[in-house]
Amino acid sequence: MILKGKAWKFGDSISTDLICPGRYFHLRSNLPELAKHVLEDADPQFASSMSKDDFVVAGNNFGLGSSREHAPTIIKLAGVSAVLAKSFARIFYRNAINVGLPLVECDTDKIEQGDELEVNLSTGIIRNKTKDIELGAESLPKAMLNILNDGGLVAHIQKHGDFKLD
Amino acid sequence: MGTLAEKILSVKSGKDYSANDIVIAKVDVAAFQDGTGPLGVRQLQKMNITKVKAPTSIFFLDHAAPSPRRELSNDHMLLREFSKQAGAILSEVGDGVIHQRLVESFAKPGDVVIGGDSHTCTSGALGAFATGMGSTDVAIGMAIGKTWFKVPETIRIEVNGKFQPGVFSKDLILYLIGMIGADGATYKALEFGGSTIDKMSMESRFVLSNMAVEAGAKVGLIASDRVTREYLKARGRLKDWRPLAPDKDANYEKVIKINAAKIEPQVAFPHTVDNTRPISSAKGKKVSQVFIGTCTNGRIEDLKIAAKILSGKKRATDTRLIVVPASRDVYLEAMKLGLLATFVKAGAIIMGPGCGPCVGVHQGVLGNGEVCLSTANRNFKGRMGNPEGFVYLASPATAAYSAIKGRISDPREVIKKGKKGKIRVNKSKKGRGNR
Ligand code: SF4
Repeated sequence: MILKGKAWKFGDSISTDLICPGRYFHLRSNLPELAKHVLEDADPQFASSMSKDDFVVAGNNFGLGSSREHAPTIIKLAGVSAVLAKSFARIFYRNAINVGLPLVECDTDKIEQGDELEVNLSTGIIRNKTKDIELGAESLPKAMLNILNDGGLVAHIQKHGDFKLD
Repeated sequence: MGTLAEKILSVKSGKDYSANDIVIAKVDVAAFQDGTGPLGVRQLQKMNITKVKAPTSIFFLDHAAPSPRRELSNDHMLLREFSKQAGAILSEVGDGVIHQRLVESFAKPGDVVIGGDSHTCTSGALGAFATGMGSTDVAIGMAIGKTWFKVPETIRIEVNGKFQPGVFSKDLILYLIGMIGADGATYKALEFGGSTIDKMSMESRFVLSNMAVEAGAKVGLIASDRVTREYLKARGRLKDWRPLAPDKDANYEKVIKINAAKIEPQVAFPHTVDNTRPISSAKGKKVSQVFIGTCTNGRIEDLKIAAKILSGKKRATDTRLIVVPASRDVYLEAMKLGLLATFVKAGAIIMGPGCGPCVGVHQGVLGNGEVCLSTANRNFKGRMGNPEGFVYLASPATAAYSAIKGRISDPREVIKKGKKGKIRVNKSKKGRGNR
C-alpha cells in the first residue's frame, strides 16, 4: 500500500498527554470530538490545518506516557495516514497496530515540515519528493504485521478465534 | 538461567522461553480504569462478548472519582453495568487508585497482570509480570484469558548501600530515569535487586516498579522474598505468597550498579520525567501547589513521613497543599494514626482516595504559569490540566518540607539519622532549615 501526503513535523518525546490531553478526559467516549484536539498541546494549529492523509513525523520516543489507546485512535480518526518517527514508546506502538494506525520507524531528520512524502508500507521505502531522496525503514515484527494486515486486533481475534502470530 | 521476566512468562506460556521469543501467556488479572475502560467495553461489545474469562477481571473507578462531569458519570454507569453483567469486579469511587488496589488485594507473585493503564507495572514489585496496555489489548485479555508478549530482555538494576537520611526510593528511581533516559529501557524489563532493595519495604519497592514505565520499560520486576511475604501476610493474603527469584546465571542485557549512599534528593523538572537533577539545582524555586498522593507516593509510608515533617507546622501562605491517600485502606490507616489531622492543621486539603489532580481531570488544576511540586510519576506538559502549568516531581519528604517553605527545599535539612538507624525529623527552631 502506498500512502501519500504532507509531513507535519514534531520533536522528540511527544507524550500521550500532548497527543490527547487529560483535560479532555470527558470526551473519551466521543472520539470524533476528541479528535478535534489531537496533538493540540504539541501544535495548536495541527488539528485544524492538516489535510486528510498527511503524515505525523517526529523524533525519538513518540507516544511515551500513558496507555490511552485514544492517542493513536484519534490520530487515525483525524485522517493521518501514518506516523513516522525515529522510535516509538512501547505501549503506543502496540496500540497503534491494534487500532490499525501504521507506524514507520526511520531517520526523520531527513524530512522537514511540509515535505511531500510517499510511503510504501509493504517495501518500507519512503520517498521524500520535495527533497528527492529515498529513506529506508525498519519493518514491523511479524506478529504485528499479522495483526495490522487483519485490520487490527479485534478483527484478528474475530478471524482466528485466538492469537495467530506466526 | 532465567531472568524474572523469562521465568514468569515461561510458566504462564507452558514452555521454556527466553528473551525475544513471542509467547501467548495466560492472564491472571486484567484491569481497567475509568479512562480506558469505556473504550475496552465497547470493543468487547463489538465482539459480542458478554462474559469475562480472565480469572480476575476488574474495573476501577479512580481517575474521575467522584465524577466532575456528566460525560464521565455516564462512562461510570457503563462500567458498572458491564461489570455486573459480565462477571467482573467493580472497584467503586472512593476505593482507590487501580495500582494501589491491585497490590493490596489482587496481584500476586508469579502472576501475569495486564492493565489499561501504563503504571500497571507497579505490581511488578510483588514479582508479577505486570504491564500496561491499551484498551483493546486488555479487553481481549479479559475476554479470552490470554495475551501475547515478546519476552523482554532485562536490564538488571543492582543497588547497594544505604540511603542518606532524607533520601528515599523515589529519589533512587528519579535518579535512575535521569541516568538512562525516558527511553532507556524501551521494550525491556527492569529488574531491581541488590542489598538496598532486599532491605527495602514493600511500599518503597512499589515506587520503583511504578515508575519503570517512565524509562520506557515493559515491567519493573522485584524478586518475591520475605518482605513480600510479610506484606501479603499483613494483608491477610499469606496464601498468595510464593518465593520467586531470578536464576543466578540469568542473562542480562546489561547490569547497572548504583551506590544508594551517593544519591541526593532528586527533582524532575518540567516537562519530562528524565529531566531530573539533584535538589540543589531546584532549591528556592517557588511553588504554588504541593500535591502528595498518587499510585506512586500516596501510601501510608509516604503520608507518615510527610506528616512527620508537617507536624506542628503550617504550609507557606502562598502554597496550597493537597493530600490524597491512594486507597480506602490507606485513608483509614492515616485516619487512625492521626495523620489526616496533622495535614489539616498544617493547612492541607484532603481529598478522597483516587488519582486526584494527577492527570488533570479535576481537583487542583494548575493556573497559567503556576508551579506544582508533586509526588506523582509524570510531569508532562498539560499533565495537571493546563499546558501553561509546570510540574516538578519529588519524594513525599521533599514535597512536605517544600510546602512549609513555599519553595523547593532539601528535606535533609530536617531529616536526621536517629537512634538505631531510624530517621528522625528535626523539630528544633534552630534547625538548619531556618538558618
Ligand atoms: S494516580 Fe496518576 S499515574 Fe497513578 S493511575 Fe492515577 S492518574 Fe495514573
